[in-house]
Amino acid sequence: MKVTFPHMGTMWVPVKTLLEELGMDVVIPPPSTKRTLSLGTRFAPEFICMPLKINLGNFIEAAEKGADTIVMAGGVGPCRFGYYSRLEKEILDDLGYSMEMIIIEPPEKHFIELVHKLGKLKKCSPLKALSAVRLGWLKCCVADNIEKKVEKVRAREKNPGSADTVFNRALEKLDYVRTRKDVLDVQKEVLEELDSLVSETSRQIIRIAVVGEIYTVLEPFVNHNLERHLGRMGAETHRSLYLSSWVNDHILNGFFDIEGTEEACKLASPYLNHMVGGHGRETVGSTVLYARQGFDGVIQIAPLTCGPEIVAEAILPEVSQRERIPIMTIYVDEQSGEAGLLTRLEAFVDMIYRSKQNSKKLTAVKGL
Amino acid sequence: MPLKVGIPRALFFYYYYPLWKRFFENLGAQIVVSPPTNKSIIDAGIKCAVDEACLPVKVYYGHVTALKNKVDLMFLPRLVSLERKTYICPKFMGLPDMIRSNVKDLPTVIDTTFDLSKNSSSIYRPAREVGHFLESRDRIIDQAWDDAEEFQKEFEDRLYKGHLPCDVLDSLEKGKELPVTCNMKRMCVAVVGHAYNLYDTHISMDLIRHLKNMGVKVITPDIIPTAVSDAYANRLPKRMFWTMGKRLLGSVLHYIDEGKVDGILYVEAFGCGPDSMIEDLSARYVRRDRKIPFQVLTLDEHSGTAGVMTRLEAFVDMISWRGVS
Repeated sequence: MKVTFPHMGTMWVPVKTLLEELGMDVVIPPPSTKRTLSLGTRFAPEFICMPLKINLGNFIEAAEKGADTIVMAGGVGPCRFGYYSRLEKEILDDLGYSMEMIIIEPPEKHFIELVHKLGKLKKCSPLKALSAVRLGWLKCCVADNIEKKVEKVRAREKNPGSADTVFNRALEKLDYVRTRKDVLDVQKEVLEELDSLVSETSRQIIRIAVVGEIYTVLEPFVNHNLERHLGRMGAETHRSLYLSSWVNDHILNGFFDIEGTEEACKLASPYLNHMVGGHGRETVGSTVLYARQGFDGVIQIAPLTCGPEIVAEAILPEVSQRERIPIMTIYVDEQSGEAGLLTRLEAFVDMIYRSKQNSKKLTAVKGL
Repeated sequence: MPLKVGIPRALFFYYYYPLWKRFFENLGAQIVVSPPTNKSIIDAGIKCAVDEACLPVKVYYGHVTALKNKVDLMFLPRLVSLERKTYICPKFMGLPDMIRSNVKDLPTVIDTTFDLSKNSSSIYRPAREVGHFLESRDRIIDQAWDDAEEFQKEFEDRLYKGHLPCDVLDSLEKGKELPVTCNMKRMCVAVVGHAYNLYDTHISMDLIRHLKNMGVKVITPDIIPTAVSDAYANRLPKRMFWTMGKRLLGSVLHYIDEGKVDGILYVEAFGCGPDSMIEDLSARYVRRDRKIPFQVLTLDEHSGTAGVMTRLEAFVDMISWRGVS
């Protein structure tokens, strides 16, 4: 049995560890490229949202490398993601890839259900399964901690691009280590290295939050390195979603006490008074939160035709007006290009700089 | 003077008009329904809705705009879930908030949440919440609701006898006689899609009438009893969590199983989330069987009658070449 799973940002690091610790043979799909997307677009339904197209491309490319089993998350609606796994299985069957699909449905009550389920996959003891989950979870949190730092350093680094070089190397190191102590050592070392990249001279920094649908927020291939571009334009970024908070909220049933989306859900009211599936309510609520925290702008990003984000998009202009924060919505699909995005980002960032200059709120900062 | 309650002629109007009408009338209100969709309603809708919303939602916006100055109360319920662990679609769940953000100067809005996704939830709670806008006594509201449900059931029974909702609703509103259902042996095409697209003659370019004029017998999923489509949907390897998706896919599986229809025409609105999957699964299951011709028609505000007609004619011609008169 050779197991594979779809890509989503840095998710491959913790998931690979988790599956390997359970004793499985893991094939990581090649990093998502144009070819991945073309394969997906060719075989997926025309009007499906973009993440499914990339999932499908990942699976086909992993099959080419010898994978025969897929581990995929399930769901119970109303977001389309809940039915992804089934549709993907049907498409792969019709194409003649006889791949097994292991679907991990969200536990009904407690995340221990998940540990038991994982243990059964490879017939390992619940204790071993638990320690695999713990190590995977730690790597997930560490990867997010590092990325949060990178989001700050990008806007302030001496040599443009150096933070991302360190980040990519850090992910490889994180992938390699196998004990909790080593993972924490990597974290310490990388965070220090990132500190050393910060420029000594002061620079004018603005703060932009990225909200929206989780896949497009987390996956640089899909959002065309949105955060990297913003960083180079002098914008420090923060996201409404990180993998660790999503895993904690949706798979571990909020077991750990880390920053989640609870507050955002509360703040969505009175603008949006009901959950709408996906991250629609979180998008609205986080925007309110960021406005009140003094962020300078919010960018909403989502795949074209994403229902929950369309609801949020319809409501955000009112949030923008009442909470006084500039908001820009970006939709991506297989037709999107990096140059078009760049133009829009530059315009958005310029607009924010200009309005801050006019109101004399723009001050230069030094260090982190 | 009775209070005027506005009901937009869009979305779930086509499923629940009899229920709503009878309920509000029982409580002494006067119902005001917006006129059938026309160009100016669509234009008004497109103007205030976001570009990415689907056509039926834009049309709903248009109907709200057409009604807002003519009524005391606007009925814009939040339809989250009509059965256990099953949803309509994200846009329905956020609709009252979207409308409030985008349409200014609304009258008082009845935006009660109907969410029956949990085991314990009862329909009387939201029904009373709606009723309290007009009547304070719970007993009277419950009675009004029971009577309205009875009326709705009569409507649905007529559908299951083979009458299309558009005909039944027409006879209800204008007191017209129901056309005789035809059992003559001729080409029978199943038009599969959401009621609010199929029976809104402006959205669907009146394709049911065009098909009938070509001598085709038209049937739709709405005349299949829910129990039947549910039973077929239950055969799916993964539980379907959209009410409409369950209905449409269950119907398609029913058509495949029965093998009586000569063609399936799947009508979807551009950008419909659930349909992007349901349509693909339907096509996939039909294709595996390789017997029934299957065509997809995607509609949005840019669709034109001429283009739709050409495709309908081609589809019908193709079926008749297969030897069906």
